[in-house]
Amino acid sequence: MSAHASDTHLEDHAHDHGHHHKETFITKYIFSQDHKMISKQYLITGLIMGVIGIAMSLLFRMQIAWPGESFKTFEVLLGKWAPDGVMDPNIYLALVTIHGTIMVFFVLTQGLSGTFSNLLIPLQIGARDMASGFMNMVSYWLFFVSSIIMVISLFVEAGPAAAGWTIYPPLSALPQAQGGSGLGMTLWLVSMAIFIASSLLGSLNYVVTVINLRTKGMSMTRLPLTIWAFFVTAIIGIVSFPVLLSAALLLIMDRSFGTSFFLSDIFIQGEVLHYQGGSPVLFEHLFWFLGHPEVYIVLLPALGITSEIIATNSRKPIFGYRAMVASILAIAFLSTIVWGHHMFVSGMNPFLGSVFTFTTLLIAIPSAVKAFNYITTLWKGNLQLNPAMLFSIGLVSTFITGGLTGIILGDSALDINVHDTYFVVAHFHLVMGISALYGMFAGIYHWYPKMFGTMMNKNLGYIHFWITAICAYGVFFPMHFVGMAGVPRRYYTNTNFPMFDDLTNVQVVMTVFALIAGAAQLIFAWNFVHSIFYGKKAPQNPWNSNTIEWTTPVEHIHGNWPGAIPEVHRWAYDYSKTNEDGEYVIPGQDFVPQTVPLQENEEELNH
Amino acid sequence: MTALLTIIVLLLVAIAIWQMTKIFELSQSGSDDSQIANDKDNKINGYLMFGFLIFIYLLTIYSFYAWGDVILGTPASEHGPQYDNLMGISMALIFFVQIVTQALLYFFAYKYRGQVGKKALFYADNDKLEFIWTIIPVVVLAGLILYGLFTWTTLMDIDEEEGDPIIIELYAQQFNWKARYAGDDNVLGQANVRLIDINKNNVIGIDEADSYGEDDIVSQTELHLPVGRKVIFKMRSQDVLHSAYMPHFRAQMNCVPGMITQFSFTPTITTEEMRLDPDISEKVQKINKIRAERRANGDDNADAWEFDYVLLCNKICGSSHYNMQMKIVVESQEEFDAWLDGQQTFKETIASAE
Repeated sequence: MSAHASDTHLEDHAHDHGHHHKETFITKYIFSQDHKMISKQYLITGLIMGVIGIAMSLLFRMQIAWPGESFKTFEVLLGKWAPDGVMDPNIYLALVTIHGTIMVFFVLTQGLSGTFSNLLIPLQIGARDMASGFMNMVSYWLFFVSSIIMVISLFVEAGPAAAGWTIYPPLSALPQAQGGSGLGMTLWLVSMAIFIASSLLGSLNYVVTVINLRTKGMSMTRLPLTIWAFFVTAIIGIVSFPVLLSAALLLIMDRSFGTSFFLSDIFIQGEVLHYQGGSPVLFEHLFWFLGHPEVYIVLLPALGITSEIIATNSRKPIFGYRAMVASILAIAFLSTIVWGHHMFVSGMNPFLGSVFTFTTLLIAIPSAVKAFNYITTLWKGNLQLNPAMLFSIGLVSTFITGGLTGIILGDSALDINVHDTYFVVAHFHLVMGISALYGMFAGIYHWYPKMFGTMMNKNLGYIHFWITAICAYGVFFPMHFVGMAGVPRRYYTNTNFPMFDDLTNVQVVMTVFALIAGAAQLIFAWNFVHSIFYGKKAPQNPWNSNTIEWTTPVEHIHGNWPGAIPEVHRWAYDYSKTNEDGEYVIPGQDFVPQTVPLQENEEELNH
Repeated sequence: MTALLTIIVLLLVAIAIWQMTKIFELSQSGSDDSQIANDKDNKINGYLMFGFLIFIYLLTIYSFYAWGDVILGTPASEHGPQYDNLMGISMALIFFVQIVTQALLYFFAYKYRGQVGKKALFYADNDKLEFIWTIIPVVVLAGLILYGLFTWTTLMDIDEEEGDPIIIELYAQQFNWKARYAGDDNVLGQANVRLIDINKNNVIGIDEADSYGEDDIVSQTELHLPVGRKVIFKMRSQDVLHSAYMPHFRAQMNCVPGMITQFSFTPTITTEEMRLDPDISEKVQKINKIRAERRANGDDNADAWEFDYVLLCNKICGSSHYNMQMKIVVESQEEFDAWLDGQQTFKETIASAE
C-alpha cells in the first residue's frame, strides 16, 4: 500500500519536474541519489579497480614465466619491492592476494552487481528510483571508501596483505609470520568490513525495490531474467556476507586484542605465543560460508545479463524461462550448502567431505540446464552478432569449460591431488573470473547507450572480444596441464623443483597470452572513454529490445519516465512471435515490447 | 630483456590493430555508422565463431601433443591406480561433454547468424527436452558421486589396528619439514610446541616425561618409507597452515597448528624402481636436456637431475613457501631399517645436548 502511495507521489513529482529541483554539481555528480548516476559511479570505480587488479596479474605472470629476471617495469612499479628490477617473494604473494581481493570483491561483486542492479532494477521493473535513494548513495560511498583504503594498503611500509585472498590465519594473524600481516592486513580487514556494509545496504535496497516497486502488470513471472538474477544475488549476499564480517571481526580480535578464536599452540621465531584453544579450521568454515556463495554472487548477475542479451540478439524468447528461474533459485540455495568443498583436505572430518561432495555435484544439474537452455535459445535464431552478443556467447563457452572441471574438484577423492594446484586456478578463473568478466563486458556494451546516451564503436568491440576470447583460452586451458603436473599455486618460482622444469615453456605461453589480453583491454578502455564524449548519439531502442528500460528517453531525467510509468502487459521475451497466420504480432516488427497490450487473436503464453 | 622486447612488440601489434580499424572505419564512412551489427558484421562474426570452435579444438589437440607428457605419471601408492582410474573416467566424461556442447554452441552461432528478413523460430518451451537434459546429468552424476564417495571413504578410513602400519609424524614449520618416526614401540611420544627446547635440541617439542617418546627418531633432511607397508602420517604444524602434498602418491593433507591431522597410504614402488619407469625416465631425460642448455648459458641451477619423490608445501605459508620441500626415499624394509638404525633416538639427542 505504502509502495503505491509513494508511487503516486513520485508521479506528481515527475510532472512538476524542473520547477524546484535545482540540482547542484555536487548533488548531481557526487552525492547523487539517482540510481542511474550511482550505477555509473559504481561502474567507473569498478573499472579503475579492475585496471589495478589486472595490471597486478600481468606483473606476477611475468615473474612466473621468467623467474628472477630483472624488469624495468618491476623497478618502476614496485620500487623497493623490486631491487634491481627483480621481484621480491613477499611482494609476489601480496600481488597475488590483492589481485584476488580486488577482482572478486571490488570488480566482480560491486563493479558488476552494483552497476547493473542499480541501473536495471528500477528501469526494468518500472520504478522511479530505488526504494531508498539515500541508502543507495551511502552504499556507493562506503564502497568508495573501502576501495580507497584497499588502495592505500598497497603503500604500507611492511607491505600489503599477502596471505592469499582467503586470508587464512595464523598466517594472516601474525606479523611475525609475514610482513604483510601487520598494518597491511589491518587495512585489508577494515576495508573489507566497510565493503560488507556497502554490499549489505545495496542488497537490502535491491530486494525491497524488486518486491515493492514493480509497475502495474509486472508480476514476478514477467520479470526479465536479469532482475531475477540480481534479486536472488542480493538475497545470497544478505545471507552470507554478514558471516564474513563475523570472521573478519574475530580475526581482528585475535590480531589486536589477544583472543584465541583461530589460533592455538604456536611457536614462531623462537618463542611460544600465548594462544590456546582456537582453530584455523573454524575460520575456513566461516570464510567459505561467504566465499562459496560469493562465487554465485559474482556469476549469477552475469548469467542474468547474458540471458537477456542472448534472447534479444537471437530475436527469440529465452528457452525455458521457468526452468531458468528455477535453476537460479536452485543454484542460489545449493550455493549456501557446499562451502566445505574448499576444505576437503583441511583436516575436517572426512564424513563432512562426503556430504559436501554430494551437494556440490548437485549444482552441476541446474548449471547444465542453464547451459543447454542458452544453446537452445541460439538454435534457429536470427542472431544479431553485436559485441554484447559475442561476449554472451563467450560466457556460455567459458562457463561450460570451467564448470566441467568443477566435477573433478567437487569430488573429494579427486580433489586430494589437484587441491591448491594450478588446476584449481584454471577452473575458477574460467568459470567465475572470465565468465563474470564477459558478463560485465556484455552488459557494458549492451546498456552503454542507456547509461551514456551514446553508442560504443562496434568494430573496436569486435576486436576487443576476439583478442580477449583467444587469449583467455590461451592462458587458462594450458594451465590445467600445469595443475595436473602437480604444481602448487602461489609459488614465487618453480625453479626449486627440477621436476617442474619442463613446464617453463607452458608458463611462458600463458604469460604471453595474458600480456596480449591485457593490451586488448586498452582497446576497450579507449572505446569506453572516447565514446562517452564522441560516440554516436544512441537511438532510443538500439537493439529492438522488449524490456521497458528502452521506453525511457535517451537523456537521463530524474524519475526515469517523463509521464506516467508504463503498464506492463506481457513477459519480456516476445521476440519473433507470430499469429496463427505466420505474421508477426505487430506487422513488420519482430519484437513486441512489454508495454504493448495483448493483440486480437494473439495467444498468450503461460507467463 | 627479451621479455621486455616481447612486451614492446605486443604493444606495437595492438596499436597496429587499432590503427587498422581506424583505417577500416574511415574507408567505409558514410555508409552505416549506426554501431549496430548489420548483415556484414553478422556474416564476419558468424564465420569467426566457427573459426573459434576450430581454435578451441586445435588448442586442445596441441596442448595434449605438446604438454601431455608433463602430467604426473605412474602413481606410487596402493590407492593411486584407483584414483587415476576415477580421474580418467571423469576426464573422459567432461571431454565428451565439452566437445559436444562447444560444437553446438559455436555451430549454432555460425549457422543462425542474422540476416535481414530472416525469421527466428518462436520456441519458448519444451518440457520433454528439459526433462531429458535434467535427468541425464542426474543419472551420470549419481554414478560419479557413488564411485567418488566409495574411493573417498576407503581412503579416509584410517585404521591403526589393521595391517601393521608404520606411524610417522610430519612436522611443518616455516619453511621446512621434519619427520618423526615412532621407533621400536611404534607409538609416538606426546608432543606440544610449548615443550620445544632449542638448547636441548628438542626442536619439535617432544615430551621428555613421556617414555613412548624416548625411542622416537626425528629426521630433518629426508623422509624414508619402507615399500609395501601402510604408512599413517600424523601431521602437526608449529606456526601457520601448511599442506603436506606428495603428488606422486596422490596424497595431500593440511597441517594445522593446534590439531593433529592424518593421512594414510601404502607406497608400492621404490625410488630406484620408479627411476626405471619409462614415463619417468623419459621425463628425466627431457628435463636434463633443458638443464644442460641452461648450464651452457651459465645458469647456476642446472645440475643434472635424478628423479626423487618429493614432499611439497601446498598451502601459502609465507615468503619461502615456494621452497618448502623434503626428499622422500622409498626403499625396501631392510634398507629402511638400516637407515633408521643410523639415526639418533630422541633420548640420545637430548643426552648429547646435555
